[in-house]
Amino acid sequence: MDKAQYKNVYVFVEQREGVIQNVGLELLGKARELADALNEKVYAMLLGHDLTTQAQECIAYGADTVLRVDAPELATYVTEPYAQAIYQIIRDNKPSIVLIGATTIGRDLGPRLSARVETGLTADCTGLEISEERDLLMTRPAFGGNLMATIICKEHRPQMSTVRPGVMRMGQRDENRKGTIEDVKINFDKSKFRVRVLETVKQTKNLVDITEAHVLISGGRGVGNAEGFDMLRAMANTIGAEVSASRAMVDAGVLGHERQVGQTGKTVRPDLYFAMGISGAIQHLAGMEESEYIIAINKDKFAPIFNVADLGIVGDVRKIVPLLTEKLKR
Amino acid sequence: MKIVVCIKQVPDTTEIKLDPVTGTLIRDGVPSIMNPDDKGGLEFALQLKDQYGAHVTVITMGPPQAEAILREAYAMGVDRAILLSDRKFGGADTLATSNTIAAALRSLEFDLLITGRQAIDGDTAQVGPQIAEHLDLPQVTYVESLTFDGNKTFTVKKSMEDGYQMVQVDTPCVFTALASGVKPRYMSVRGIVEAYNHPIETWTYNDITVDDQKIGLNGSPTRVFKSFTKGVKAAGQIYEVDPAEAVDIIIGKLKEKFII
Amino acid sequence: MDFSLSKQEQLFLQMIREFAEKEVKPLAAEVDESERFPMETVQKMAKLGIMGIPFPVELGGAGGSNILYTMAVEELSRVCATTGVIVSAHTSLCCAPIMEHGTPEQKAKYLPKLASGEWIGAFGLTEPNAGTDASAQQTIAVKEGDHYVLNGSKIFITNAGYAHVYIIMAMTDKSKGTKGISAFIVEKDFPGFSVGKKEKKLGIRGSATCELIMENCIVPAENLLGQEGKGFGIAMKTLDGGRIGIASQALGIAQGAMDETVKYVKERKQFGKAIGQFQNTQFQLADLQTKIEAARLLVRQAAYKKDLKVPYSADAAMAKLFAAETAMEVTTKAVQFHGGYGYTREYPVERMMRDAKITEIYEGTSEVQRMVIAANLLK
Repeated sequence: MDKAQYKNVYVFVEQREGVIQNVGLELLGKARELADALNEKVYAMLLGHDLTTQAQECIAYGADTVLRVDAPELATYVTEPYAQAIYQIIRDNKPSIVLIGATTIGRDLGPRLSARVETGLTADCTGLEISEERDLLMTRPAFGGNLMATIICKEHRPQMSTVRPGVMRMGQRDENRKGTIEDVKINFDKSKFRVRVLETVKQTKNLVDITEAHVLISGGRGVGNAEGFDMLRAMANTIGAEVSASRAMVDAGVLGHERQVGQTGKTVRPDLYFAMGISGAIQHLAGMEESEYIIAINKDKFAPIFNVADLGIVGDVRKIVPLLTEKLKR
Repeated sequence: MKIVVCIKQVPDTTEIKLDPVTGTLIRDGVPSIMNPDDKGGLEFALQLKDQYGAHVTVITMGPPQAEAILREAYAMGVDRAILLSDRKFGGADTLATSNTIAAALRSLEFDLLITGRQAIDGDTAQVGPQIAEHLDLPQVTYVESLTFDGNKTFTVKKSMEDGYQMVQVDTPCVFTALASGVKPRYMSVRGIVEAYNHPIETWTYNDITVDDQKIGLNGSPTRVFKSFTKGVKAAGQIYEVDPAEAVDIIIGKLKEKFII
Repeated sequence: MDFSLSKQEQLFLQMIREFAEKEVKPLAAEVDESERFPMETVQKMAKLGIMGIPFPVELGGAGGSNILYTMAVEELSRVCATTGVIVSAHTSLCCAPIMEHGTPEQKAKYLPKLASGEWIGAFGLTEPNAGTDASAQQTIAVKEGDHYVLNGSKIFITNAGYAHVYIIMAMTDKSKGTKGISAFIVEKDFPGFSVGKKEKKLGIRGSATCELIMENCIVPAENLLGQEGKGFGIAMKTLDGGRIGIASQALGIAQGAMDETVKYVKERKQFGKAIGQFQNTQFQLADLQTKIEAARLLVRQAAYKKDLKVPYSADAAMAKLFAAETAMEVTTKAVQFHGGYGYTREYPVERMMRDAKITEIYEGTSEVQRMVIAANLLK
């Protein structure tokens, strides 16, 4: 394989019902960095139907060129039409790097494409950088997050990776950025369209499993009552967290048992755990001490929760949380 | 109907701990289990067997010890078990793995192929769709539930971040299953008692037709460049300050550690 | 000689452990608290073949060994002793005597329903005035044509009220003492049969323990189990087998309390370190686990001999005696290790301590076990 023929950083910019998903913009930001390091260009692959101003958005967030494919076959995501469109772009344009968001769509599309192109694909990356040899270094968690591995795809092009939503930094939106928009025509092989979408249903998934939350805001006696928990919920809403509680609060009926952390509740290990007004009885610690980062706020400076906290604040939750929520909103 | 289910033996990653001193992974004594999503897929197949009398084959690629999950599959009720095992298959990334398994599947007849969405040791979710591509079969990933019309059409509920999709597809096709969509049955006592009376077919490189440049380490476009653990946790910092200052400290830490 | 589990046994352990952990453990505290018979668990166990492990497949069983059966009772009791005794009484005290002493017709009629778990079984020997001295039976059976008429009552009957089939001992000839005792297969719907008051107990509170009342109870003659006058022998042999089950139950309770304690002493900090780091804790735990392991070997030896069909009466008695006393010791100390928390219902060890006590009493008290062991020595 002549690697020199392959150039530029391509991003699959996922849209759903015309709305560009955040991960697409995050990837454009990252692609910008990578392309600058390589002294190459950023291409956005924008697929859909009845597209309007999305291409301009891609440019505002860092794309040099938007390859726009507007076709009725692409109105709703289905594996095969999307795979055919992107395969054709890859075949005709020979990108060096292809980035895809690790959403349910990206994780459906990515491997299908990688097998069609016969190249490597690194899943769910949390870090991307360019090596001295101008290869892409793709870092991802393995073994349930216990191990980080940096993957390289040296002899094959394009280098493909899916990237977790929320980990890359979105670039500054710049309405004045200049870029070009090219409309691409795809010759679909409809005989391969074998999956029929009957309906797409939007649903807020209210059956929350606190063991799967990335950020948990947990309240104890120091939060006091249902009003105190409204305060925690307000904070949770601003940062996309879930609310959980110590046993005392669950027994008091403030929260359901499915949200109890600890010995008689659930064991959680989120990336970020806020222990709000929780003293840290041994039963509670058993359920949360393996959290990645623990921030504890408690009035009692001798509270055992401070023994496991990465950051401890001695103070009144009821005063700090509203202030914190205000700041987080900004 | 004939169903093939791809299963994988994985270390139970929930049991893996970090050495608190060195920060390295402690792998000793970690039990090996059938990958949860694969077990979910197997349950879908066994339910189709209960309802429609489907014949269910399980296939796994792995070292000889992977036999354990094939026995488990027998105890759950499958009809045939195949172990793909050869040193030549080793060191494979997802693409090479999918090439190997797809080659084996070419010599099996089936109407439906089920894999798990992803394995807990790698979490890539790639091998299922890659196999589907190699075999030129339609795929439905993230399958939460399914119904069969008794003839050739499946109606499938496919999970998405913000809801779900209902899709239809005819056999032959490939599904990748979610463990959360189904509760796998336990092995029955009788199934366990009889599990070791059934044959395990071991297939090596010589039993399948595949280009040896497409399998194992040679056939893997990706390599591990380096691996590392996040290291040992340092002692925490405690501040006793007024609320406004506390908020600044928290925001500062969040900015440093996370993206807000 | 091989002390390791076979691959099949390892696979079974994997299943039963997961089942106990996911299906049984979550109910254990509630079943104890509300003194509720966990019928839903019995139905789940029936589906998997746990209600008929050591019986042939042709008779509705799972075709397994007594080793697997002891492992099942141990693992269930490790998280819920109530569930353990339901399986033990059903398997050892009802299915087993029909399997061992029943006619082909009796086996064909009762075992498929019992071993598949569709029906639950129970056993009635103990009476208000016939406990350890089981020979003092006062329940009378009189043959009248094609049936027997039973009169009398039984007490402390495990699974009573939920069982469909009861193995009942009754005097067919009072003049002959133990040689006048006969065994009967009695169905719950036979005329004149009823279940009396339910006991309120210290432990195994989800297990139903009731009185049985037979008032001119009509039992068809073909439901005589074994021959007339052979009932006492059947009862004693049945209890030999039952003791393996109860020994397994005690073993499970002990291991369950040990699991909880190990977890606790690693987490609980006093005087600046985990209490598991104190040598006093370590030495006590070492002694207790050694006893548990010894009990396990005794239990498996008894089951192994039963599988080989060689005499195991003394082995079963030793297993039960030692496992029961170990369970009592381990659970009592487990509560002590947990301190004040251990005395509360937030932790399961107080329940385990209450559950352990019965294993020193039922299916022959520890004193009876010593009698059996000594009699075997001195015969």
